[in-house]
Amino acid sequence: MNLYLFQVVNGIGLGMIYFLISVGLSIIFGLLNFVNFAHGAFYLLGAYLSYTAVSITGNYWLALIIAPLCIAFFAWVCERTLIKRVYHLPHMYQILVTLGVALIIQELCISIWGPIGKSISPPDSLKGVIAIGEFYYPQYRLFVIAFAAVVALLVWYLLDKTKFGALVRAGSEDAETVSLLGTHTHRLFSITFALGVGLAGLAGVLAAPIKGIHPFVGPEVLGIAFVVVVIGGMGSFTGALVGGLLVGIVQSVMSTLWPQGASLMIYAAMALVILVRPYGLFGRA
Amino acid sequence: MSRLVINNLHSYYGKSHILNGIDLAVESGEIVTLLGRNGAGKTTTLKTIVSIVKAQQGVILLDDENLVGKEIYEIARRGIALVPEHRGIFGILSVEENLMIAINKKSPWAVEDIYQMFPRLKERRKNGGNALSGGEQQMLAIARALVNNPKFLLLDEPTEGLAPVIVDEIVKILGQIRAAGVGVLLVEQNLSVCEKLADKHYVVELGEIVYQGSQTEFSKQDDIKNRYLAV
Repeated sequence: MNLYLFQVVNGIGLGMIYFLISVGLSIIFGLLNFVNFAHGAFYLLGAYLSYTAVSITGNYWLALIIAPLCIAFFAWVCERTLIKRVYHLPHMYQILVTLGVALIIQELCISIWGPIGKSISPPDSLKGVIAIGEFYYPQYRLFVIAFAAVVALLVWYLLDKTKFGALVRAGSEDAETVSLLGTHTHRLFSITFALGVGLAGLAGVLAAPIKGIHPFVGPEVLGIAFVVVVIGGMGSFTGALVGGLLVGIVQSVMSTLWPQGASLMIYAAMALVILVRPYGLFGRA
Repeated sequence: MSRLVINNLHSYYGKSHILNGIDLAVESGEIVTLLGRNGAGKTTTLKTIVSIVKAQQGVILLDDENLVGKEIYEIARRGIALVPEHRGIFGILSVEENLMIAINKKSPWAVEDIYQMFPRLKERRKNGGNALSGGEQQMLAIARALVNNPKFLLLDEPTEGLAPVIVDEIVKILGQIRAAGVGVLLVEQNLSVCEKLADKHYVVELGEIVYQGSQTEFSKQDDIKNRYLAV
């Protein structure tokens, strides 16, 4: 019994990381109608930056703040110089360009940090385990769940309760009308892109002590993020959260029940959702 | 006092020449109509003023500044608000949020003033935009333009498809907006609405102004109405 509980809690942690990756992908698609195949590469870069930040400063907390901010800034520069030029093109071209960006990032990571993976350890204060009765659980993994939940709450507040969030939602419906109301929509797009990609970078930082850092993980992460977005529904915050948790828990529990089929079950879950609700659990037509 | 003056405006949809040298002027506190058949270029004139359609020739002067070549949001920030024919209400935003995204603190209309003008919107402020009736959407579209601090309001067929009682309400509101000193450029098919409200009329045909006159002059011009406005 404890084993399953352990796997479910693991799944929640994994799911929260999937949520952080997918919510940005989903919002960027919803607002900008832009397909970002470089999303997984930014996750990777976030993880590597945290590795370097920890190596230099020895302080994980500093890395947790600095690395995502760097990723967001890098994404912003990328959007201003390159991405904005392909918004008006069909998705095929957007995929081509962002796949190129993803490959550049991946190869840069390999040339800077080498082809063999890196690992970083959790901060000293979170190295132990927590005991709840018979149940022991690593502190760092609990911290990831709690921290990601706080970030999720902040993102929800930003999107649902602020003027910025209302503009993002309005822009996903009709960007021209948003600019008719005096909003500089290009700036709105840049900020949203930077924010969404920054969250993927944050996911990379949080996951690094658990999963290690491997230079070829980008495409795998991207694939899972797309599964989450398809399950949850394009452009939906709640969809990314529920979809992320669902995928995380399915993957984690199945890795105990049927390890070879763990990945398969994620795609089976996606297929099931598409059959029942083609726009995803929380998507709109 | 502000003036919106348009001189020799030309614009195209692809290769088709839609506006062929439009001249018109609107002043603060004045309601001016743009009349003409379907396809004459009325909507295109409004869209060109706010830069949705790019002007290829001519000038659009707001006071002494030429707006040609500016971005849509820059023109909006200078106080020109378009209420498009499709109204542009965001269905996934509540009434309140539709207003919130447009608020400009310098506007003489705060949200409270809007709710006084349109009590119906206050009742429905938590409802989603897609749950509103056509009349409510039109009111919200006008309300949203007002909180955005307009000097000039461009309205594209605001009474189209609305029940007579709602039309009367919108006529009353437009009167209040004029009294507050905003200039209104109105594209409207409903001639009785136009004659009730307007100070000045322009008639467009094939992308050119073919008639202009004050309300008193226009009311006597039955041949103009027959020639250019009869279906």
